[in-house]
Amino acid sequence: MAGPRVGLFITCLIDFFRPSVGFAAVKLLHEAGCSVEVPRQACCGQPAFNSGDRGDARAIAEQVIAACETFDYIVVPSGSCAGMLKVHYPELFRGDPNWQPRADAFAGKCFELISFLVDVMGVTASSAEFAGTVTYHDSCSGLRELGVKGQARRLLATVAGLTLIELQDADVCCGFGGTFCVKYPEISNAIVAKKVANIRASGAGTLLAGDLGCLMNMAGKLARVGSGVEVRHVAEVLAGMAGEPAIAAPRERKAVTTP
Amino acid sequence: MSETATSPHFKENAHAALADSELQRSLEILETNFIGRRKLVADKLPEFDALRDAARDIKNHTLAHLDLYLEEYERRVVAQGGHVHYAVTAADARAIILEICRSVNAKIVTKGKSMIAEEVGLDDFLTAHSITPIETDLGEYIIQIRHEMPSHIIAPALHLSKAQVAADFRRVHTQLPADRNLEEPQTLLAEARAVLREKFLAADVGITGANFLVAETGTSIIVTNEGNGDLTQTLPKIHIVLTSIEKLVPTLEDVSEFLRVLARSATGQEMSVYTTLSTGPRRSGDPDGPREYHVVLLDNGRSAMLGGEFREMLRCIRCGACMNHCPVYQAIGGHAYGWVYPGPMGAVLTPSLIGIDKAGNLPNASTFCGRCEEVCPVRIPLPKLMRFWREREFERHLSPATVRAGLSFWAFFARRPRLYGFATDVAARMLALMSGARGRFHWLPLARGWTDQRDFPAPQGATFQAQWRKR
Repeated sequence: MAGPRVGLFITCLIDFFRPSVGFAAVKLLHEAGCSVEVPRQACCGQPAFNSGDRGDARAIAEQVIAACETFDYIVVPSGSCAGMLKVHYPELFRGDPNWQPRADAFAGKCFELISFLVDVMGVTASSAEFAGTVTYHDSCSGLRELGVKGQARRLLATVAGLTLIELQDADVCCGFGGTFCVKYPEISNAIVAKKVANIRASGAGTLLAGDLGCLMNMAGKLARVGSGVEVRHVAEVLAGMAGEPAIAAPRERKAVTTP
Repeated sequence: MSETATSPHFKENAHAALADSELQRSLEILETNFIGRRKLVADKLPEFDALRDAARDIKNHTLAHLDLYLEEYERRVVAQGGHVHYAVTAADARAIILEICRSVNAKIVTKGKSMIAEEVGLDDFLTAHSITPIETDLGEYIIQIRHEMPSHIIAPALHLSKAQVAADFRRVHTQLPADRNLEEPQTLLAEARAVLREKFLAADVGITGANFLVAETGTSIIVTNEGNGDLTQTLPKIHIVLTSIEKLVPTLEDVSEFLRVLARSATGQEMSVYTTLSTGPRRSGDPDGPREYHVVLLDNGRSAMLGGEFREMLRCIRCGACMNHCPVYQAIGGHAYGWVYPGPMGAVLTPSLIGIDKAGNLPNASTFCGRCEEVCPVRIPLPKLMRFWREREFERHLSPATVRAGLSFWAFFARRPRLYGFATDVAARMLALMSGARGRFHWLPLARGWTDQRDFPAPQGATFQAQWRKR
């Protein structure tokens, strides 16, 4: 393929919990004309960075940069991990004569998946079909660190059969916050409870977002309160790969019902 | 004061706050009265973001030359017959104020709203020295009669309902008929106003804070909505401005830039109702004003912040927008933070003032959603500064042992991608098997915090990396 050579950065959550998002990303990148490789890496290091452990965060960042810097682009199907690579790696190496130039050059090549497709590859439409109503949650890091907001909505509007319903307070945090949900589960739960009330009030049959952490949090709460809302990564729908059971949904596929 | 901080018990405080249905109802006002109104006035002003840049730059410039501006400010105040007192610590500020009060044998001191007074614990200190402080801001008055800390830096009684305030007024204002109607906010306000009016006239000393100090004119400025500050500072014999060193700005022109962002960010007003400038004591020929004008400039660790990584926090103009927009503050309110300053600005400032060993929870209890930084009128990178505190805590081995153990276990694998790939693939398959057809867990031994109130989604099966390498 003549298109750019993309290193697909598989986030630790996608790797572990939902590989289908990774395959959806591969498909979307192929459709956009990119060649795709997957470097071997474990995690972007954000849990260490946000826990104040700069030593481990740096060691992991050095590995990631070394494993990925030869690609034309590094594309991440998560706003939060992309923000780590693009915004926080340069912060980690500021003032280091060897690493800062490398981290800066690396950061310049890193993109969140959907904004990469729209802003860099010029994708304007999706060839997928999806029968149903969806609503979209803006994950915080993608929105505020990278300015990902309209891109996913623009592509979703071109999915045949899909109706997008705007979510009240779509740009308000879902309460996941990485290690926050482990350290302060009660507060995290109170925040996601509000989010889930808005999701249910939207009346949409499916909730989409671009970050698996937020999605798992919202899906877990929706499942606990007995809501039938399906939860998926936005890439699954855009790639036409929404056949997998939704996040936290039973595995045995039931007959498809339209909401 | 640090002795009274309940910040170490943040989790317990938050637990109680989440269960307090009256508090939860009161917190709904953040959405309707603060967030919505701010957005409305911000959207109406095309240059709002440019003004925020200007405000940030003015503060940065002032902080870079703070020594010069302090000297200039002091010179101006003294030239106009005022006095400037430097207080290195909270105890120094209290002692200076006590001495001034004693110079006129003060019995009653009226107070305008001042977070610095809260920071130094002034009310309790004056009371202990037989001087009666009377808070004249309605919110501060309410929390004073309840013996509480403010739960919000601009709306101290935000945590209370109308009915709770009415009950407090009946309890304290025993001279009034017990069967009076206190249904409406206006009647509560009128009652407080009548009670306070006598105190204004009886006070020997009036203490206010300051939103800004102007170096070129030696002026202190307060921005208020109730007019109580004006009565506090003009009626008594002595006016004391209790404030801190980072309130300085170079010129009156600069102040006008801040006034355009302050009220919009704070209450969603274009301007506050009163913007009051005080420049020295009563001059000969003035019809009113205090005979003595004192400024107490508190440092309390701020000059140390100036030279370190928390310097940007000194730009803060105390508008409260960060807490209004914070999902954590919205969930638990201000008292859970356990000290004077709550929300994101408190999460950065409080550890500087009472120690990270006591306030460690505060910078950790953030999702880093970034909304605080997004609305901050002086663009303080609050999440970044909270992360700096997490680093200080980590370096000093103050973070909880379980967190450190979990982190180092995870980091051991994360730094070894091949081993990590093998271990996670085994674990993912195992969990997928364990969850069976349900696709989620109702209970997981190591994720109790999560599964108490949420289901935990199960992995699909083999990891992506394993599947990709096997293609």
